[in-house]
Order: sequence, then C-alpha cells, then structure tokens
Amino acid sequence: MIPGSTPLAETAAKTSRRRHLLDFEGWSRDDVLALLDTTDVMAQVMQRTIKKVPALQGFTIGTLFFEDSTRTRLSFERAARAQSADVISFAAGGSSLSKGESLKDTLRTIDALQADLYVVRHQAAGAPHQIARWTDALVVNAGDGRRAHPTQALLDAYTFRARFEGFDGFAGKRLAIVGDVMHSRVARSNVALWTLLGAEVVLCGPRTLLPAELGQARGVTLTHRVDEALEGAHAVMALRLQHERMTRGLLPSLAEYRQRYQVTRKRMRAAHAGALVMHPGPINRDIELEGALADAPYSVIEAQVANGVPVRMAILYTLLVGSR
Amino acid sequence: MHMTHKAQLMDAQELGRALTRIAHEIIERAKGVDGLALVGIHTRGVPIAERLADLIEHFEGARPLSGKLDITLYRDDLTEIALQPVVRKTEVPFDVRRMTIVLCDDVLYTGRTARAALDALVDMGRPAVIQLAVLIDRGHRELPIRADYVGKNVPTSRAEVVKVKLSETDGEDAVLLLEQAAG
Repeated sequence: MIPGSTPLAETAAKTSRRRHLLDFEGWSRDDVLALLDTTDVMAQVMQRTIKKVPALQGFTIGTLFFEDSTRTRLSFERAARAQSADVISFAAGGSSLSKGESLKDTLRTIDALQADLYVVRHQAAGAPHQIARWTDALVVNAGDGRRAHPTQALLDAYTFRARFEGFDGFAGKRLAIVGDVMHSRVARSNVALWTLLGAEVVLCGPRTLLPAELGQARGVTLTHRVDEALEGAHAVMALRLQHERMTRGLLPSLAEYRQRYQVTRKRMRAAHAGALVMHPGPINRDIELEGALADAPYSVIEAQVANGVPVRMAILYTLLVGSR
Repeated sequence: MHMTHKAQLMDAQELGRALTRIAHEIIERAKGVDGLALVGIHTRGVPIAERLADLIEHFEGARPLSGKLDITLYRDDLTEIALQPVVRKTEVPFDVRRMTIVLCDDVLYTGRTARAALDALVDMGRPAVIQLAVLIDRGHRELPIRADYVGKNVPTSRAEVVKVKLSETDGEDAVLLLEQAAG
C-alpha cells in the first residue's frame, strides 16, 4: 500500500490468494458482488473521454483462443489495454497446433513469453483447467466446450443489476433461460452464478435440448413449456439456436420450434413487471427471439455487449492485483 | 499490526478551527467560488472537502462545487502489493476543464497519493489550477509535492502513524499520533 495512505485495517483490502476464474467453484457471493462493484468503477472509466487507467501497467495478458471468437477476444483485449496491460494474442488457426503440436507443447512455447494471465477459449471442456495446472500464470476461462463461460454470466448478472428498475438484490429474482440449454455453456454458467447470488433459474427447452441433470441443483427448475418458464420471471434469456441441431434430429422443425419456444412480446406479458430480455448473441432474429423484441425498451442485449469490457476489466484487475 | 497511543494532536475544536482557516485561505486565493471545486480523496478527504465547501458557503453565501476521487487505479504499487485495495467510485459531477480544483486529503506523507490524484484528475480533463489542502502534513516526502493549505505541520518518525478521525467516518473529530508496537 502507499505509505501514508489509509491505515491497513481500514482499506477494506482483502488478502488475495492466487486464483483463477475457470468457473464459479471457490467463488463466494461476496466475491462476485465485489467484482460487480468494481465493474461499476470500470464502466465509469469507459464513459470518460480518456478511456484508460494505468492500473495494470507492467502486467502482460495473453489471449489464447483455440476456438475462434473475435468478439470475446476483442472485448478482453480492450479490457486489458484500457488498464495499460500489455497483450499477447495467440489464435490456433495457422499455429503449430494445427500441425499436430500438443496443447502442452504449445503452452510451453507461449509460456516462454511470460504472461501473468491467460484468457483461454477452447472447444474442449476442461482445457482451461488443464492449462491452469501447467502454468504459473493465472487463467480466465473465456468458454470451454459446453462447460462454462463465466465472464458471459458475470456480464449478464451485471447488466441485470444495472438495468432492472428498482433492483434490490438477486434474492427472490427469477431468471428464465429458453432454448438449446444442452449445448450452452452460457446457460450452465448463468445457472451457477445466479443460484450462487440467491436467484432462482428456470430452464426451458425441448426435451431433446434440456438435460435433466441440470434440474438437480438447488434453485433450478426445468420446464418444456415456455409460458410456465416466463411466468413471474425478472429476466428472460433466449439462447441462440444453432441450425445444425436440426440436421442431427434434435428438433422436429424450425417452424415448430418457433411456435413453441420463441420468446415473443406476447409471451413476455406473463413475466414480472419490468422484466428484461437478454441474449448472449449473436441473435437469430425471429427464431429464438421475436425480431421486434430485440429492439424493445426492455431489451438489454446491446447493454450486455457494452458491459463486456468493464466486466472483463474488473475480472483482470481482481485476479491480477495482489497476485505477485 | 498493533498500535499504541502516543499523543492527541488535535481535538474537535482545533480540527474545526484548522478547517475554518483553510476555508478562508482557499477563498482568499480563489477570490470567490466561481470556477472553484473541492475534490476529496477517498476515504477521509471526502468529508474534509464537504466540510470546506460548507464553510465556504457559510462565509460567501455561495457553495463551490465538490466531488470525490478514488485514486486506486492510479497507484504506483499495484504490481507489487499483496493486498488488493477495494476500488471505489469517483464522483466528479462537473467538467474539470478550466476549473480551480482543490484536492483535499486528511494526511500528506510520502506524496504518492497526491501524485496518483493528480494523474486521475488530469485524465478527466485539464483544470486551470490544481491545489492541495491537507489537515496534517507529517513530512517524509518521497516526491516533489507540497500542500497549498495545511491544517497543522507535525514532525513525525516513520514508525509513527497519524490517525485522523472524523465524525462522518469515525464517529468523532480528533487527530491522534500512534506508534507501531515493537515486534
């Protein structure tokens, strides 16, 4: 601490231990709420003319995207640079990985560049955990297989907290997630996060896309009926329907999916007053979400995108400062 | 870290008088409240800035602008520290450009907090003048920084701690000199 600033006991500083953000395992409700508070400050920075602070000067962040995601990678890189961190980018395409090099050998090479933190996106569930075991750097999971996408869940929760009229805490709130839950890491991470925060989560989708085991967690219910899912919901999240699900016989037809599961203005009437519509993007308009709904005043889909940067700034700050 | 009480440097009345004098000095130099803003550095600079604004309003019949500044993201030791400081909101609800800004803090010591505050402020715009007001200047500067307004100069040793208590944050007004117990 700065000598002469507020005495140690009163800074409310917490002793940080080395920690990753792989999923919400080991994260308490207070940890998450502190992170959302830090996000408020970062959002302020991003509203200034000079959108940059020196906080992470001297730290190096590596973005390791074994699965392509330009949006998420750009969001992390913006978050790193807005805090004056250096950024090293690695994308699997065109690398030695596609020439048969193993993940471990690739990481060994990248590790020689001495990053303090890696942001990892990988098509295989558990890859970020594996990388965390092999490196001394911190690891942030930017999406692994169907398993987890914790930074998306954090920006969803942050957006809800910032935008829900008269927000008074997550306890007693109800999040409905509608669509292809089975293939969605966003759904899984949101279940973990919102239940950790004390909210209830209702998962809704066709039988073939709604794994029963997800209903076993406390605070989670499953339903195949969208009207039931939206009843009293404070936030409704539609998931992207990927067309290849149809070809694999998991869905009868697009028309039937639309008719039974599309989140529409009409169906939103069953939701709680002031309920927000969310979507992790990219949207298939008029498939999982009625097109006009995406532009409704209670749709916060654009805010979700905008909040990606401050949330990731807060994550990088929280993990890095105090870690050395 | 255990602290032992050594002396009381100011009681509530002395603290009030020091702030009153600083308020007069600020208006004297600024020649009124036009274009004047008081910005308190979290934590105890914030109530000090508000009190100075109250006093100036009382003397002049008009209140200067006031705000709160958190300098955490501008500290020069974030790559080294083991404790993670909590980041708080900066609330400077006015345009700082062309203003006379008086930064307010409780204690001036190494000058590193003031250095961070200068950078944080300049990133919001380019004020005409930035001044520094502190309740206690305890010496031991590590940077070429000085205060424009000082409540009390107190020679200290580095083993000592100056503890400013304010009713808004601590339930009472007083300034204490403490010492880290040996061992």
